Amino acid sequence: MPVELSEADRSRLSGDHGEAAALAMRILVETAGVMGAERLIDVASAHVDGCLYHGLAGLEFAERLVSGGARVSVPTTLNVSSLDLLHPERGRGDPAAAANARRQMDLYVAMGCRPTWTCAPYQLPQRPSFGQHVAWAESNAIVFCNSVLGARTNRYGDFIDVCAAIAGRAPLAGLHLDDERRARLVLRLDGVTPRLLASDAPYPVLGHLLGREAGTAVAAIAGLPPDTSEDRLKAIGAAAASSGSVGMFHAVGITPEAPTLDAATGGDETPVVAVTPERLRAARDELATATGDELGAVSVGTPHASLAELERVAGLVAGRRPLVPFYVNTGRDVLAEAERRDWFASLQAAGIEIVTDTCTYLTPVMDLGRGTVMTDSGKWAWYAPANIGVDVVIGGLEECVASAAAGRVVRDESIWADG
Amino acid sequence: MAEARTLVAGSARGPALVLDEPLSFWGGIDPATGEVIDVRHPQRGANVAGRVLVLPSGRGSSSSSSVLAECVRAGTAPAAIVLSETDPILALGAIVARELYGRTIPVVVSGARGPRDGDVVTVRAEAAGVEIVG
Repeated sequence: MPVELSEADRSRLSGDHGEAAALAMRILVETAGVMGAERLIDVASAHVDGCLYHGLAGLEFAERLVSGGARVSVPTTLNVSSLDLLHPERGRGDPAAAANARRQMDLYVAMGCRPTWTCAPYQLPQRPSFGQHVAWAESNAIVFCNSVLGARTNRYGDFIDVCAAIAGRAPLAGLHLDDERRARLVLRLDGVTPRLLASDAPYPVLGHLLGREAGTAVAAIAGLPPDTSEDRLKAIGAAAASSGSVGMFHAVGITPEAPTLDAATGGDETPVVAVTPERLRAARDELATATGDELGAVSVGTPHASLAELERVAGLVAGRRPLVPFYVNTGRDVLAEAERRDWFASLQAAGIEIVTDTCTYLTPVMDLGRGTVMTDSGKWAWYAPANIGVDVVIGGLEECVASAAAGRVVRDESIWADG
Repeated sequence: MAEARTLVAGSARGPALVLDEPLSFWGGIDPATGEVIDVRHPQRGANVAGRVLVLPSGRGSSSSSSVLAECVRAGTAPAAIVLSETDPILALGAIVARELYGRTIPVVVSGARGPRDGDVVTVRAEAAGVEIVG
């Protein structure tokens, strides 16, 4: 069925607003057809992932938009790139690729996007409100937006993100619709101890399992502590959007569209998967590509560390000096906040390497000796082996700091025991 | 099983590469070579270039559209993509690659059983329907 267009949509499509607006609208309309959308809707804001350089295609697309007069029409934030503009001395990549990456970043800024360079736009002050329609790309941000904020976005990919920002429109389909946001699957924690749930360690692992079980479906997780923090929900979503194609999940009693299990499922009969300590241990081990305790570096903050997470790292490293390089990825806006806090000095005193605007798994910035990299992120553990050719192990933030201080992988196995 | 449906129209022929699991193009394929680099994927080391790529769905990253478009530019893209369920992110990569480079990668959802690994097949994808024949 053809997509129904408003008068303004048709005007853009016919080139009344310039070549770039017409190109953006062509791509939106064709993708809307793929998604089965009947029409387009207004979006309040956009988060664009297409600013990250993967090769000339993305750069040439941005060139074509800018040369066609493209301007975004709604507030638009930008995702990470492959360059740390605040710490350029760290770049170890190919200079020609870095020049192309910089050019691509500049083009998106020229279209009127804000140079936020973060994969965690939900940590910025103005975040979408409950029920608001937005067009976000970046898989972890999509999950957070839908699940934790209760704002509505589909899993938008590179290209359509900026098209939606230019037109201020997006296809009315998928997670923009009430019915599509209901849980079709329940993951019920079964025998997972309060002690394990009190640590950071199980959350990315649970997310990894969620991605494996749910695939593209919306699932509800039952049994998490009611005070589960946004940072832990972030860890679940980022991992689930890596091992799976999860665009939304519910945490029963925590996230805004799931005050109860019935609210999450819409009262429908829903298959239930039991999440036992044994399954969590298996999922944790699947995320690791190394065994043994040899440690080359530690990387945390994927997605970008929040202010609360930076403060936790500062508290944990106070008075300690890591024996291996210890990297924290964060957004430049969060870093600016952190620099004003008393605890920030602890990070500096411990020699913590803060990476902004990019991420340690996207681009060669780490000083890697021999050995495995330890991370607290399911997403980092999932992608880094292929992206930058390292072996990984995963642990909670406390284990990451303890390992760095010891110069070898230190994990508290006892927390993973059966209840 | 979803109904057979054209996501991006076109016609292409090539040997089928059937993946047992979903694959994220970003972090899963090296666009310089077309090789599957996802270390946890059962078909790691396989090459998608010129193949009729049959897979359950995409996975994960929203950058997969960029990586597919880059594969088209670099000449390492699959000849066609046959999915078990709709994946707008991969379709988008093919739509933008056609806009930029005038090269078409048909993307379809196959209703019936797709081709077997190694079978040389033609994919014809039109608005009216999908045909996959040996």
